[in-house]
Amino acid sequence: MTLTETQITKTIDARGMACPGPLMTLIGAIRAGAVGDTFAVLSSDAGSKTDIPAWTTKAKHELIEVRSGDGYSTFIVRKAH
Amino acid sequence: MDARIVILGGGVGGTLAANILVGRLGHAATVTVVDPTGMHAYQPGFLYVALGQANGRWLGRDERTLLDKKVDLVIEIAERIDPVARTVRFASGGSIAYDYLILATGSRTVPEQVPGFIGAGQEFYSLTGALRLREELRRFKGGRILIGVTGIPYKCPPAPVEFTLMLEDQLRRRGLRDRSEVTLLSPLNRAFTVEAASKLVQPIMEKRGIKLSTFFNVDAVDPTRGIVSSIEGEEAAYDLLVLVPPHRGQTVIDASGLGDAGGWVPTDRNTLQHKQYERIYTIGDATDLPISKSGSTAHFQASIVASRIASLVKGQAPSATYEGRVMCFLETGDRRATTLRFDYAHPPVPPRPAVIWHAAKWMFNRMYWHTIPQGRVP
Repeated sequence: MTLTETQITKTIDARGMACPGPLMTLIGAIRAGAVGDTFAVLSSDAGSKTDIPAWTTKAKHELIEVRSGDGYSTFIVRKAH
Repeated sequence: MDARIVILGGGVGGTLAANILVGRLGHAATVTVVDPTGMHAYQPGFLYVALGQANGRWLGRDERTLLDKKVDLVIEIAERIDPVARTVRFASGGSIAYDYLILATGSRTVPEQVPGFIGAGQEFYSLTGALRLREELRRFKGGRILIGVTGIPYKCPPAPVEFTLMLEDQLRRRGLRDRSEVTLLSPLNRAFTVEAASKLVQPIMEKRGIKLSTFFNVDAVDPTRGIVSSIEGEEAAYDLLVLVPPHRGQTVIDASGLGDAGGWVPTDRNTLQHKQYERIYTIGDATDLPISKSGSTAHFQASIVASRIASLVKGQAPSATYEGRVMCFLETGDRRATTLRFDYAHPPVPPRPAVIWHAAKWMFNRMYWHTIPQGRVP
């Protein structure tokens, strides 16, 4: 499934937001969301490229896609359980 | 007719916005603050109360004493906002009409949403919780202490790290350190969300023997086994459990259909206007912006919103925009602290923890009542 085909439940524009930051905000959204909800996180923080996939794997959610360009990355994550 | 500006919430953001607006507009507007209690709390002080370093008495003031005399203060519970009719209805049955509305309603904690939290977990996000934790710590004679986070977003992102470092300091001073194990359960893969700050804090934790458990987002507490579990599927045992409770937006936001699933108000990151209703602005904790829920955020946003509304009332195009400015201190124990200053374009570059930043924070704590609500600090 690609970015354009995925139904996004909520987009989190965390570009330039150092604190609490993109991953923390994603964790909050996943905690509050329902199983199957899909979140798009926009991050300009270089650390997100390792942090977001690492947490998604550890917490057993699904990282559907990562797209980079224009000075930021977009992470599509689905709440799996 | 004078413009009617209504501000819901008499915390730092609402009070400052009201004072700036009457200063800019004089008699061209009526400015009304609606607050459920009429008392203003200095919430950053709760941390110090919990650690026995502050007296709870100096954390509250009568809101009237902080407001310009031209501001009208209404002590009512706002129950429902009608963004089309532009009215706010009170729980008592009355209502107030507005031309511009500022939501400065803050957040509320909902520990009841975490199984086992109430009764087993301590917290310092309310004055009562901080006083209770202080007494629990006075009785503490050693054991395993866990500090964790049960929901995101929460107020003051550095607070769990600060509490951990300051608590370890206290245990050392009381001669209890050898009999105690202190562990920070971090929601992330490091101690703190800002990587540069983590690089300062983690070596301090290591040196002091504070344990760090990463990617541990507390999900539930089992008081009978003395165990907390995480959404990542792990467990940890405690003798004393200190948790950041989950936060939500206020019920008036939910009841009015103005917020998202968490009760946070969809807010433009630059104009701070509601994404659907242009005459509604939101500042501080109440926004859905993924930015620190802190007094400094509310402070900086209040002056932007006040400036924009003042321009509109005067028939001018508003030019002030919020660029993500936040400033906060991070206490590291041993009477030292660092500081985090950043905006959307400039990530934080915290200085090495030093006595001067701790002294600056103490000065700020003391000076707050005479400077911030009145707009004496830009």
